[in-house]
Amino acid sequence: MPELSKADQDRLAQSGIDLAMKNRCGSYLQMDQDIVHAECTQEGIEVLSYKHAMEKYDGLKEYVWKVVSPEKDEITKYVASQKEPKGYVIIAHKGSNNIVPIQACLFLGREQIQHVHNIIIAEEGAELHIISGCTSGEHVGKGGAHYGISEFFVKKNAKISFTMIHNWSENIEVYPRSASVVEENGVFLSNYVCMQPVKKVQMYPTATLKGANSVARFSSIVISTAGSHMDLGSRAILEAPGASAELITRAITKGGTIISRGHINGKVAGTRGHLECKGLILKDGVIYAIPEIEGSVVGTELSHEAAVGKLARDEIEYLMSRGLDEDEATATIIRGFLDVKISGLPEALQQQIDASINVAEKSGF
Amino acid sequence: MLHIEHLHVNVGDKEVLRDINLHISEGETHVLLGPNGSGKTTLLMTIMGFTNYTITRGKITFKGVDVTMMHAHERAKRGIGMLFQRPPTISGLKLGKLLTAISRTKQENIPELAKSVHMDKFLERDINKGFSGGEIKRSEVLQLMIQNPDFVMLDEPESGVDLENISLIGTTIGALLEKDKYLAKRKKSGLVITHTGYILDYLDADKGHVMCDGQIRCHGNPREILKDIKQRGYKECLECRNQ
Repeated sequence: MPELSKADQDRLAQSGIDLAMKNRCGSYLQMDQDIVHAECTQEGIEVLSYKHAMEKYDGLKEYVWKVVSPEKDEITKYVASQKEPKGYVIIAHKGSNNIVPIQACLFLGREQIQHVHNIIIAEEGAELHIISGCTSGEHVGKGGAHYGISEFFVKKNAKISFTMIHNWSENIEVYPRSASVVEENGVFLSNYVCMQPVKKVQMYPTATLKGANSVARFSSIVISTAGSHMDLGSRAILEAPGASAELITRAITKGGTIISRGHINGKVAGTRGHLECKGLILKDGVIYAIPEIEGSVVGTELSHEAAVGKLARDEIEYLMSRGLDEDEATATIIRGFLDVKISGLPEALQQQIDASINVAEKSGF
Repeated sequence: MLHIEHLHVNVGDKEVLRDINLHISEGETHVLLGPNGSGKTTLLMTIMGFTNYTITRGKITFKGVDVTMMHAHERAKRGIGMLFQRPPTISGLKLGKLLTAISRTKQENIPELAKSVHMDKFLERDINKGFSGGEIKRSEVLQLMIQNPDFVMLDEPESGVDLENISLIGTTIGALLEKDKYLAKRKKSGLVITHTGYILDYLDADKGHVMCDGQIRCHGNPREILKDIKQRGYKECLECRNQ
């Protein structure tokens, strides 16, 4: 592990990265463009650098730029033009399973732009849990940007949970571009937590549910402070009977802007989807919810629920009448608002999500 | 315990309570009767310290301290507690979490207390979300058991509750008010709003007051007043007693 200041180590810990590797079965660490560490002790699961993986497995090339188009936008074009692509490849081979998650850490230290291209594959029947902690060092003075391409492949009866905790700073721009394809009975869980300031995040991950009875669940829990611009979306395309998707967002603004997009497209009969966005405006800021549901056949059932509001005075005073002071009452209610329990997520990862909210709670949200 | 003098209260621009005077001694439980909209809940909310209710004149003294300008949580810490008739639903906040927050350093066994009022299966549920009438009241009683106030206000504890649950809620509230102790040893006081009077089977109230149009219009033996009201209705009851 590299020499890191105490402050940087703390920032890593806050984004769910455990440098001591406790409760982690594998690790990938990239600092700027340097791959510092890539290993996994879990049998049947490999954590490799992009370069190493491509050398090792000839067939991997078929997975590259398969679900994300290199021509999509300036970000994908930039990453596609790199002579030496960076990033990680995680492969959970047939039947493997890791309840203890793998951690992937992308650390922006001094570079202007960090680019990664990640490929994540869960082969038939495999179960793969990843926590991705993204953070910037205390020395990123002039600001920087992170361009991240991630392509997920959930094969038949397989499951991937991907929990991303962002802990950037006021001068960092982040552009993840990710997509997944889920086969028969596959499950894809994507969780996004960002409680700390960031200059700009823009992303719209897409899950294409190609196999019968496949499932995608996107959960986002975000707080936007003044100066933060978060343009967040998630999309599920239901292409097989029995496929279902759930898109859940809890958004709080304390002066920043949050655009919460969502799109569920029911293309065949026997599909279901639900989109839910709840927003809380604590200080002047913007929450702009744009839920879209699109059904084009008889037999797809789609719904959405969006609400933006403020903390209710009667709820705060109800708790005050039980002896909590106003700040405690407010924090308790916000905490409840953000408390999204994600079914199918290992306890260690749920705890990690809770821990990031705890940090925000301690500083009084 | 509680002493209210010449209290006037506004909600918005409208005066809803006028010249309320009330004295409740240590160990006493009083009953507040009156037609819908007469100001009973307003009085309880004002005593609790809700900011919607503006005191324009008068004074509330609790245990010898003027609490008129105090925030709700300061009053709660001094020993005022309330069972709400319609508490808010708080999305995402689990009942168990709130009980822990109320409990603080106290050493209550929350699961055991929850079990005693059949709420052990609700600790992981959002507060009041989808709760039945009886479940709301049991959740309120459970919170009060942990809060353990010296002065307990009860806003229609029996409304929406079936007979079996009334017995459970009544007995538990009776214990909160130390009705199981000898009179001389009883320290806790209460103020109860009731329409049916069922709850009085468990509380043995000492005094009754009738409210009408924001004023307390008469006082007396709670059971006698209740009997009059049941027989003649509020209008005639008040006319008679005003004579």
